[in-house]
Amino acid sequence: MKRFLAVTILPFLTMLTACNAVVMSPSGDVAAQQRDLIVISTILMLIIIVPVMLLTVFFAWRYRQSNTEARYEPDWDHSTQLELIIWAAPLLIIICLGALTWMGTHLLDPYRPLDRIAPGKLVDKQTKPLQVEVVALDWKWLFIYPEYGVATVNELAAPVDRPINFRLTSSAVMNSFYIPALAGQIYTMPGMATKLSAVINHPGTFEGFSANYSGAGFSGMKFAFLGLSDADFDKWMAGVKAQSGSLDRNAYLELERPSENDPVRRYGSVDAQLFTAVLNRCVELGKMCMDEMSSIDAKGGLGLAGINNLHPLEYDKYTRRGAIFAPPATYVARICTTEEEARMRVSQPLLSPRDISPVLGAGLPRPVSAPLFGAPRRPSNS
Amino acid sequence: MFDNPALLKAVFGRLTLESFPYHEPILVGTFAMVALGGLALVGILTYYRLWGYLWREWFTSIDHKRIGIMYMVLGIVMLLRGFSDAIMMRLQQAIAFGGSEGYLPAHHYDQVFTAHGVIMIFFVAMPLVTGLMNFVVPLQIGARDVSFPFLNNFSFWMTTAGAILVMMSLFVGEFAKTGWLAYPPLSNIGYSPDVGVDYYIWALQIAGIGTLLSGVNLVATIVKMRAPGMTMMKLPVFTWTALCTNVLIVAAFPVLTAVLALLSLDRYVGTNFFTNDFGGNPMMYVNLIWIWGHPEVYILILPAFGIFSEVTSTFSGKRLFGYTSMVYATVVITILAYLVWLHHFFTMGSGASVNSFFGITTMIISIPTGAKIFNWLFTMYRGRIRFELPMMWTIAFMLTFVIGGMTGVLLAVPPADFVLHNSLFLVAHFHNVIIGGVLFGLFAGISYWFPKAFGFKLDPFWGKMSFWFWVIGFYFAFMPLYVLGLMGVTRRLRVFNDPSLQIWFVIAAFGAVLIAIGILSFLIQIYVSIRNREKLADFTGDPWDGRTLEWSTSSPPPAYNFAFTPVVHDLDAWHDMKRRGYTRPLEGFKAIHMPKNTGTGIILAVLSIIFGFAMIWYIWWLAAFGFVAMLAVTIGHTFNYKRDFHIPADEVIRTEGERTALLAGAAQ
Repeated sequence: MKRFLAVTILPFLTMLTACNAVVMSPSGDVAAQQRDLIVISTILMLIIIVPVMLLTVFFAWRYRQSNTEARYEPDWDHSTQLELIIWAAPLLIIICLGALTWMGTHLLDPYRPLDRIAPGKLVDKQTKPLQVEVVALDWKWLFIYPEYGVATVNELAAPVDRPINFRLTSSAVMNSFYIPALAGQIYTMPGMATKLSAVINHPGTFEGFSANYSGAGFSGMKFAFLGLSDADFDKWMAGVKAQSGSLDRNAYLELERPSENDPVRRYGSVDAQLFTAVLNRCVELGKMCMDEMSSIDAKGGLGLAGINNLHPLEYDKYTRRGAIFAPPATYVARICTTEEEARMRVSQPLLSPRDISPVLGAGLPRPVSAPLFGAPRRPSNS
Repeated sequence: MFDNPALLKAVFGRLTLESFPYHEPILVGTFAMVALGGLALVGILTYYRLWGYLWREWFTSIDHKRIGIMYMVLGIVMLLRGFSDAIMMRLQQAIAFGGSEGYLPAHHYDQVFTAHGVIMIFFVAMPLVTGLMNFVVPLQIGARDVSFPFLNNFSFWMTTAGAILVMMSLFVGEFAKTGWLAYPPLSNIGYSPDVGVDYYIWALQIAGIGTLLSGVNLVATIVKMRAPGMTMMKLPVFTWTALCTNVLIVAAFPVLTAVLALLSLDRYVGTNFFTNDFGGNPMMYVNLIWIWGHPEVYILILPAFGIFSEVTSTFSGKRLFGYTSMVYATVVITILAYLVWLHHFFTMGSGASVNSFFGITTMIISIPTGAKIFNWLFTMYRGRIRFELPMMWTIAFMLTFVIGGMTGVLLAVPPADFVLHNSLFLVAHFHNVIIGGVLFGLFAGISYWFPKAFGFKLDPFWGKMSFWFWVIGFYFAFMPLYVLGLMGVTRRLRVFNDPSLQIWFVIAAFGAVLIAIGILSFLIQIYVSIRNREKLADFTGDPWDGRTLEWSTSSPPPAYNFAFTPVVHDLDAWHDMKRRGYTRPLEGFKAIHMPKNTGTGIILAVLSIIFGFAMIWYIWWLAAFGFVAMLAVTIGHTFNYKRDFHIPADEVIRTEGERTALLAGAAQ
């Protein structure tokens, strides 16, 4: 058994070091810290696992039936000292691991703004993080750069050593945004925004993809993530800006239709409110945004009048949406005009939702509070 | 009539000629094979005039032993289906490189991995575990049957009905393309308008009724029907784990029923529980399904732990080390099973404190589990270990499971999970614990209790073949997946770009082939054992020098299990009886009161298949008929007063006399 284990596992271990295990050798500081946690936890657990495996093999061999030399005590079934060790040893390991987990989870919370870009290199207060808004579409990725007013599909670029703040949502079904070389993944969910902070430390082209099955085109839902030097990034951005394509709402609705294995697309300009509209499911003009709806409801709702505000759904990217016994699909019509809404959003820009989690890791800064209006629903199980 | 679409729709719902996948050669081939095999089986049964026998002695039987065996047969048949899906996936992933699309289109591949997961959990692992508990628990506690024998038969047939619905989806329509937990919005009507998700919902709802009722039944049995003297702390460990498992079933399965009911409301009447718009929230579904889903994992593994405890103690010829701590460990795992569900979606964006809480509760489960492993170790310590097949599975389990446990704790560290979640590392981990834990346990249990069920041992040569092919095949099939996970490869992918990954998938596919040989050897083992049953026969009823009550009766046990209810004085009751020079009573037999067979269970199950099928295909008249008929049969059954009978004393005397003769023959 032992020999057999050695024969099966050892080659894997040796080959693992030889092959490209991106999770074990990432290029972003967050992923590197996550890798370190994997290694430390594994070593901690091996302290118990290895003796157990050795003892199993040893006892099985030593107390085999044919070995009549070994002691045989058929009625021995209790030993308080042994029981103490049996329960205490795993407990001690779990206490260490638990402490490590508590710290690691808070320090590497994807929502927490980065405080370092590499071991020993703190984030420069002057550097503004790169903002990227990510929309998972069926079955491609849309990246919006709000500061630059451009958007790309299936290609993402970021300058080396500059923190990146992602805000993510999805147009249709759940996906998971994952660039193994950069940082851990985070779900993208329709009608909800998630966040991810990360930084890339080495230039290069890395693979990004959806890590949550999302339907027929899932396998092709990949994109290239380019880690670029500052100069290269500026060059790349200038190239995107020079593109004539513009991603307005109509272009988005066209793009949103399900398609597979899409090529890279670049848009030189983008509707500034597009991400907010996608998140609140009101890209179609005339549809009421979810945040508006919830703030009306929070103030008591429109009462019976609200029912008159339903309109039959005409455009839909899916041919058939309604359940068999349901009335025809409807949508809630928007009350303010688009211009009014745009003015409102400019005066009260959409920022991060207020974090109301009561417990934080010791010594960690509380995330910055933001106005409640326009706060998207944040996925939270707290 | 055929040119009136409204009429056709009223009669057939959305079932059309196009619903039959006659244009997919793989499915047509499979159908031809299944049809031929089915016809051959029907032919053989008819030729040997076995239908009446099967109906009287098996299908309508309320004997817990026969129901247990039927559960095992169901599980093994479904294992073949679930494993075919596995082989198809492995093949697809091994060849879909360098621009090749493989041989499965997305439409088919997505159904295959969904069906694989659903079948392996609900219709392989669950029936096998339930079957073993059904067979063994009443025998271990010295009872003559379970508390509610008819309910037991009904539960089995409802589980089978669910399995039949899943099998039907292969040839009529299609199965879900959503992954085995059918997360919305993908499983909502907007994104999955086909019948696949409806097959999923109704198969699980119908089978779920069976599982829940069988859970209620076994809890009642263990609590109320123990032999005199068998206090809770003298329960055999397997029965303890069965008790905890069934408590988990009773508390967890209603959640599954509720969440699937909500999903069907979304799909049928347009409610918005889990939709994207109108206040629906898919996260709710994910939470609810895992509140069922995580206890489900322990529902499967706890009985396996029980089996290993029995096997280790028996084959080491020793009392189980640390019985009390073993029991408490089981109970602690039962309770903690409810406090960890969120670790299945750390990446959803919960706060760090929530994630840490669920991560740490998950790690805490490894403490009682670790204690169990140590207890088995120290049961072997200073024992006399006989390396019969059940013990070999146990050793393989101990070595394999700790690896799975380690990667499990690793995945419980949220930051580590962020990089490993949904990757092949995760796939490798849960196969590591389900195959290395549950399945190895089931094989240990099958080879351990087979002689009790049939009166002869399983053939050791083919058993060892199966063992080695399974164990080595497992390592070849899943260790590469760990590596691929660390290379950042996610699960459920159909095609790959990076050619350097291919070698690992080829190794994994090779492992799957080894496992296939392992399964084949297992089937050969059963065939060879039946052929050589005279040579492998055991007349003592106690072939392994067992320690618990099931070994005190004959193999196979008589319908009434025990002519006299045993009185228990110690843990390991049968070992204690043997040590104190127990002699089998030879006279004083009385007539035994027993429940009577009934066909109501199978009739209700057939009606529920009809109802489910009609709901799936929108054939409303048929659904109404099925529903009303189910109610009518259920009410009708309450008027069936001929529910019990007495086995006459003469027959008991004759049965016990035959055993006396056999025992005398064996002693010579």
